[in-house]
Amino acid sequence: MLKRMLKLKNSVIDKMIISVASGKGGTGKTLVATSLALSLKDKYSVQMLDCDVEEPNDHIFFKPTITGSEDVNISIPKIDENKCTNCGKCAEVCAYHAIAVLPNTVLVFPNLCHGCGACAYLCPENAITEEDNQIGVVEYGQADKIDFVQGKLNVSEAMPTPVIKKVKEYVNDKCVSIIDVPPGTSCPVVESVTGSDFCLLVTEPTPFGLNDLTLAVETVKALGIPCGIVINRAGKDNDVIEDYCVKENLPVLLTIPFDIKIAKLYSRGITLVEGIPQWKENFIELFNLIQEQVYERNHSLKR
Amino acid sequence: MKEIIVLSGKGGTGKTSIVASLAVLAQNMVLADCDVDAADLHLLLQPSVREKHDFQSGQTALIDGIKCTQCGLCIELCRFNAIKEFKVIPTFCEGCGFCYRVCPADAIIMQNNIAGQYFISDTRFGTLVHARLGIAQENSGKLVALVRQKARELAKEQKVEYIICDGSPGIGCPVISSLSGADLALLVTEPTLSGIHDLERVLGVCRYFNIPAMVCINKYDINEDNTCRIEDYCLAQQVKVVAKIPFDKAVTEAIMQGVPVVSYNNSKVSPQIKLLWQNIVTELKFKTELRK
Repeated sequence: MLKRMLKLKNSVIDKMIISVASGKGGTGKTLVATSLALSLKDKYSVQMLDCDVEEPNDHIFFKPTITGSEDVNISIPKIDENKCTNCGKCAEVCAYHAIAVLPNTVLVFPNLCHGCGACAYLCPENAITEEDNQIGVVEYGQADKIDFVQGKLNVSEAMPTPVIKKVKEYVNDKCVSIIDVPPGTSCPVVESVTGSDFCLLVTEPTPFGLNDLTLAVETVKALGIPCGIVINRAGKDNDVIEDYCVKENLPVLLTIPFDIKIAKLYSRGITLVEGIPQWKENFIELFNLIQEQVYERNHSLKR
Repeated sequence: MKEIIVLSGKGGTGKTSIVASLAVLAQNMVLADCDVDAADLHLLLQPSVREKHDFQSGQTALIDGIKCTQCGLCIELCRFNAIKEFKVIPTFCEGCGFCYRVCPADAIIMQNNIAGQYFISDTRFGTLVHARLGIAQENSGKLVALVRQKARELAKEQKVEYIICDGSPGIGCPVISSLSGADLALLVTEPTLSGIHDLERVLGVCRYFNIPAMVCINKYDINEDNTCRIEDYCLAQQVKVVAKIPFDKAVTEAIMQGVPVVSYNNSKVSPQIKLLWQNIVTELKFKTELRK
């Protein structure tokens, strides 16, 4: 115990980025992320960033005062018909088929454009300039002592990644930043998790939970980020997850039992630590465990 | 042939459990798992894989270190910050090919990605088309489009009446790709504030793409006040609430056993899911009649 306390004393890290991801949706990312932030806010400066820009939910629990916002734009081509000779170069270089050159006009499909800028640069007539196309917004403000940032993708827009990128520009490297990650394993997840010091993976003890956890672990490992597991809605079937964690040498850092009371609190938009304040200690312990993991890893990297 | 896509906005509301049960009830159908990021439907249907194909999509730049003169033009022009120290970071590269086209030393080539795999499988209830996007790959929307196209071809071949698609959470590219041209979107929600918030956004996407939608409230008795709010909201939006499914541990038990919940036991959710399917069939028939 003393040894552990000594180790902890040395491993206090008050600046780090923790992302909360899951693979499967609805396993409790938001529940864990919000309660972790609230449990730490009295001791550390804490920042909460909601990168689930397709369906951001943290604001429901935090009811933050939004003090400002910034549009997220991507640059789409604008064609000067007077200069354009319909040569077709822009359509040829566009990897996303976002431009179609017709005999008398050029059509741009903003939903397909990734904003790479190749068409404007390579147009031999200099007939293409770029204009902003708004695809979402980043909002920031305060919730109690927590710095709050969230991204929102506009309904009907397909590309969440630029919005996530913009949210992450707000990461403050002088505090504990907690990132709520979207579900899945593809580009939005990679964009959200990249740069984190640690990734918490929230799962549930079902075959769905295990299947999607396996995929999420592969993704996080491919990015070289250390991770730990939170088992939510735990019960008699925990072995499903625990056996896998032993096999993969992954630490289970917190277990939240299945409890209809917790589900009911969540349904009303109340965080776990506000609804059942005893949980605060468990989340502080979770953070201590994360600190140890990050410390050990940094230490082993230095050696 | 009618295509039904099951969506939710929020994850974990019960899409996959409902799709698997609809598969049991519909019989005459082809299934498509459009959640290519984290596909789970196969866990309930024990498919035997009949065909397996690579999914090629997009490209990634590769710099030839010998030819590269380290002029830095590619680093300057890349909007995705995908080139660091004259090397491409594949997870950031979006395959636009800008660097490849401008490199004065012709030191950059574009390589095709194998972005995943898709499968055609047999299950007890019908054919299943499913896929697996490679770890940390993009273009999930294109893979979804491919899965749906295969499902449609098979449905035509087998002359089945329905295609039932399991969608992914969110409202972005895979969701939009799974919606376009579908006959009906079934939105599975739960009576939580997050569930309601996310339902509103996914309904917005359905409206934008002009796809008729119906709502199913899962675990409705977890918070009956919120269930009422959803019903009021749907009434105001003129969207039908076609079923209210109670919370029941049998759903999780069925997942543990790897079977659709309607064939697991006589739980209290089964009659509601049966009612849900009847309502979907009636609605689709009604729409067809209207068109005539």
